[in-house]
Amino acid sequence: MAKSWEEINARIANGEAVVMTAEEFGDIAAEQGVSTAAKQVDVVTTGTFGPMCSSGAFLNFGHSDPPIKMGEITLNDVPASGGLAAVDTYLGATEPSNVRGIEYGGAHVIEDLLRGRAVRLRATGPGTDCYPRTEIDTWVTLEDLNQAYLFNPRNAYQNYAVAVNSGDRTLYTYLGTLLPRLANATYCSAGALSPLLNDPTYRTIGVGTRCFVAGAPGYVAWEGTQHNPHGDRDEHGVPIKPAGTLAVIADLKQADPEFFSAATFTRYGVSCFVGIGVPIPVLDEEIAATLALTDAQLTATVFDYGVQRRSRPALGTVTYAQLRSGQIEIDGVKVPTGPISSLPKARRVAEELKSWITRHRFTIAPPLQQLPQVGAQAFKPLEVRTEEAI
Amino acid sequence: MAKRRLDLTFPPRQATKPITYHLVKDFDLTPNILRAQIQPGQEGRMLLEVSGPREVIDQAVEFLEGEGVAVHAAASDICLDEQQCVVCGLCTAVCRPGALTLDQDSAELVFDKDKCVYCEACVVACPRRAITLTF
Repeated sequence: MAKSWEEINARIANGEAVVMTAEEFGDIAAEQGVSTAAKQVDVVTTGTFGPMCSSGAFLNFGHSDPPIKMGEITLNDVPASGGLAAVDTYLGATEPSNVRGIEYGGAHVIEDLLRGRAVRLRATGPGTDCYPRTEIDTWVTLEDLNQAYLFNPRNAYQNYAVAVNSGDRTLYTYLGTLLPRLANATYCSAGALSPLLNDPTYRTIGVGTRCFVAGAPGYVAWEGTQHNPHGDRDEHGVPIKPAGTLAVIADLKQADPEFFSAATFTRYGVSCFVGIGVPIPVLDEEIAATLALTDAQLTATVFDYGVQRRSRPALGTVTYAQLRSGQIEIDGVKVPTGPISSLPKARRVAEELKSWITRHRFTIAPPLQQLPQVGAQAFKPLEVRTEEAI
Repeated sequence: MAKRRLDLTFPPRQATKPITYHLVKDFDLTPNILRAQIQPGQEGRMLLEVSGPREVIDQAVEFLEGEGVAVHAAASDICLDEQQCVVCGLCTAVCRPGALTLDQDSAELVFDKDKCVYCEACVVACPRRAITLTF
């Protein structure tokens, strides 16, 4: 019954493609079997909406008169990189404000731009023959910018840790507030809707994959930073720990603030929620089998963040269905759970992507290059060493 | 047995009188202080949950008012800005009394005000700063 990318794209172009979200596909596969579901459905849409720190935007401001070679740059008092050409910058989402600290950061500037608000741009430069101006203080809007595109080096983590804290003091982490003595557990994945959990071996998702990025049509640009295909996998070949990641790119001018939300994690820092959705073609029964997996089958590993080291002890695995029930059990102790990744928003992403494909004939693209697979370069730690030790 | 939440405002000179002692000793009520802001010489406020027979609570309210304490039914003090909220659910992870939960089907946020003890854990945890507490 194998279908080709070309056949599926022809059906999309003709408005005949059958498209379902990963949750809907799981339901129909449970009712009618994977084989029937695989025949009926052409594309399955995925979606996730969690905090993704490794995000940011490239911006080009255009040249003032007289022009300036911007060195130190701030946007609403948030520093942006001056290490590019004269009026190019990269604004990182986690950069805190010089004035408001982590209550307002790069992600908040990006959200303000998306909401059409003017942002104060201040910069200084060395003053050169071709760029004589040494200071600028002005206001810019998203519309004013020549280019503004999101380039997020690490989004859409394939699975993530469940965090608990066995220590005796509250911890403030990127996985939220962890109460002492295992009093809560937090988790961060869209589970059955998560893009890379639906394509565990990166068969259809690779460089050049067309996808949904913060409400804009975008692309998978590269493997994400810390992409690691090697970790432990379950009997379906699905990772049970943080594994693959995606670097994505999209036009900020086409993005939607509904799918990009700045965030502050108390005593941790700035981050942003990004809506990412990837369409997956139902090429054959093998891929249909993983698309059909539900929260009851997908698992995540519980890590003790009370141990503040690179390698935190694992305390076993739990299913996403257990996590979503609001309570898990660790060594016989009942621990209340709470998510960090929004399921209602993940569903919105998958629905929106579905409507792009069915209504707007958004076609799908086979990878131009595969993401690193098992057997590729191992994921390496950073060793602390002296020059003599090299 | 009835349970009622009272928002008490103490005049500056009253703030040192052991009101809760009298509620226990004289009225046999079970008071649970949810929030309090009391300093000598300043106007004070206390959010109190009292349990006991309905008519005794009424008598206790009369006693408090007689002591110069302004008594109001506690209003909804936790405010959720739905425009800001992205329904991540992180607030539910820190809500020990279980006032904030996610609906099992829709995963939308449900707030049961009666269970809230105004601990503010959600206010601090919310990454969108969408939850505020007045008083």
